[in-house]
Amino acid sequence: MTTLALDGLSVLRGETTALQGVSATASAGEFIGLIGPNGAGKTTLLRTIQGTLAPTAGSVQIDAVPLGARSTRAIAQQVATVPQAPAMEFSFPVRSVVEMGRTPYRRPLRPWRGHRSDAAAVDAALERADLQALAERPIRSLSGGQQQRVIIARALAQQTPIILLDEPTANLDIAYQVDTLNLVGGLVAEGRLAVAAIHDLNLAAQYCDRLWLLDGGRLIADGPPATVLTRETLRAVYGANTVVSQHPVTGATYVTAVADTASDDPLARVHVVGGGGTTAGILHLLDAAGYEVTTGVLHEGDTDTAVARQLGIEPITVDPYTPIGAAAARRARSAVEAADVCIIGDIEVGSGNLPNLQILEAAPAVISTAERPFTERNFAGAPAARVWEGLSDRIIRADPPGLIGAVETVTRDRSL
Amino acid sequence: MTVRSLAALRWSVALSALLGVVVVAAVGVGPVPIAPATTVAILGSLVGVVDPATLAPSERLIIAEIRLPRVLLAGLVGIALATAGAVMQGFFRNPLADPSIIGVSSGAAVGAVAVIVVGVSLPWGLGLQAAAFTAAVATGFTVYLIARRGGRTPVATLLLAGVAIQAFLGAVISFMTLLSGWDMRRVLYWLMGHLGGTGWGDLSAIAVVVPVLVTATYLHAHALNVLTLGEPSAQAVGIAVERTKQRLLVLASVLTAVAVAVTGVIGFVGLIVPHGMRLVVGADHRVLLPTSALAGASFLIIADAIARSAAAELPVGIVTAAVGAPFFLYLLRREGAVEL
Repeated sequence: MTTLALDGLSVLRGETTALQGVSATASAGEFIGLIGPNGAGKTTLLRTIQGTLAPTAGSVQIDAVPLGARSTRAIAQQVATVPQAPAMEFSFPVRSVVEMGRTPYRRPLRPWRGHRSDAAAVDAALERADLQALAERPIRSLSGGQQQRVIIARALAQQTPIILLDEPTANLDIAYQVDTLNLVGGLVAEGRLAVAAIHDLNLAAQYCDRLWLLDGGRLIADGPPATVLTRETLRAVYGANTVVSQHPVTGATYVTAVADTASDDPLARVHVVGGGGTTAGILHLLDAAGYEVTTGVLHEGDTDTAVARQLGIEPITVDPYTPIGAAAARRARSAVEAADVCIIGDIEVGSGNLPNLQILEAAPAVISTAERPFTERNFAGAPAARVWEGLSDRIIRADPPGLIGAVETVTRDRSL
Repeated sequence: MTVRSLAALRWSVALSALLGVVVVAAVGVGPVPIAPATTVAILGSLVGVVDPATLAPSERLIIAEIRLPRVLLAGLVGIALATAGAVMQGFFRNPLADPSIIGVSSGAAVGAVAVIVVGVSLPWGLGLQAAAFTAAVATGFTVYLIARRGGRTPVATLLLAGVAIQAFLGAVISFMTLLSGWDMRRVLYWLMGHLGGTGWGDLSAIAVVVPVLVTATYLHAHALNVLTLGEPSAQAVGIAVERTKQRLLVLASVLTAVAVAVTGVIGFVGLIVPHGMRLVVGADHRVLLPTSALAGASFLIIADAIARSAAAELPVGIVTAAVGAPFFLYLLRREGAVEL
């Protein structure tokens, strides 16, 4: 089983330190995502693993043998690279480009000599990358995504246990991004080791088993996406305000950048009044941002109820199609009182859920994400209108993208 | 045998046949026209297949001593320049590169012009050729050293260093030309490229060196292919990039130097022939190198035949540029339509 070990790797490029003391290990069957801001040293690290750059200190070891002890040819039998922007000044047929992947197995200075195994490897690589139909086309006549696949096929033809990819998804549209990473994921499942620099944190989290986070040439974090992609780390490395959650569909760690209204105080308590799915997204967002969230009163079987439970929030509920009773309203009111801020969604108000509006009278601050004016949503007549009227001077309006910012503003003002 | 190696063979056979026809035709061209049949017979007699007694001695003398060495020299120089051009274009990943891109031809010119102007009294001819060759190789090496930084030689730096050195040497040549006085005619004649007055003696060195270097270059065809996809890519598939680049530069530069030292600066052959062949046979150097070499030989022999046929004999460099430049413009215009 192939192992890759980086041992105190440092690289100086000119006057600047491109890598500093990077140590890590990886083995066959792992898909490692190399993440970090621009200039963090991702490409430098990949080139050093390929042996294109020599480390100024430390070493890269494959199966415990340092790269320095191997020839370029021998390294190319162990490690293949898919570079970010291969030169394409001359147009070779696709098959010829893929054949170049067999270079490390050729006798040098024999232009034409090919083995039967070479042809088989080239055919297999073309098939794997779904390029048979394009095999005789000049590479420059292909789209960017197809050209990328050709270069991946070339790396496949190299039949190496380790494959490095430098931004394989940059400049690709979403279908090609997914295709490319699925292809790499398949190779990893067969027991290869892949290290890919990936700009998109969410793609990295979705496809990689492990992330190496580089910043300023140092390895800041090394671990599964959920432990590497944390709000604190991302703020420290990228200087960005983010919410980290789980993607509702893939279940992968999911990073969303939000407006930068940074406060390092412990996060506030928020009560959400929703129903009919109007606050499903809001619940996700708040939970992701780390707020302590309560919600209710909701009906059992409501979308918002399901979402809340999914997020581990136990909502205050009543049975389906029943009006909100006094007991539920009381519990909700105490949740509102305990909260630093309340959020009300774009809900329709009838006599059955009027208490949901009334409990907000106890709220210190209310943020509404409603899109429609209240008159269009009011099916409970004058009593509801009066309650809304009473609340109106305390209601702050916010749309979903600006919600976290609004919550932070309200809670900060209140804590001053 | 693969499809592509078969294509290489087919093109090589076709271009060899063309070269044979061109040689026979070119040997017949001149102030004393000689019919193709007679030409073939005379060529046959030279290799001992035909009895010389059946042929006119004067015609045999013209072909054997005057025209044949000149045609062969044109062929060898064409092979050398076209091969060097193909290598440089692949090496620099730039279809507009030519054999003298790193200043080899300018260096040769400085050496040759210096000998003419200063009048170094070495055995005539050899002194000039040796000086041109030495200066050419020294120039190429200097450009390489200037471009080298920290164990690497980025091709962009190499190209720019070559352009700068060419400009500098151009100034030196102009200055020496101004000082050349009565020798100015000879200087200009040399600078324009010439094949006149070729004897068998001129062929001795080049006839050995060119085939050896062209073969050595051909063995690097696959490495050249890989290099066109960029140096990091080439390294990633196991090419020792810097060493391969050094070898290719030496091969192309020495090929150019050998040719230029004998004939002066003959432009356009090394630029146009590989460029044109790439449009026809594609970018694969395993096909491109041999076909360019063969086409280069034919091209220069034809150009020289035209030069010899003019009322006053022209320097062949004028013909290659006059014929080559319009053809090149045609290719440039056409390039938009063809996937190069």
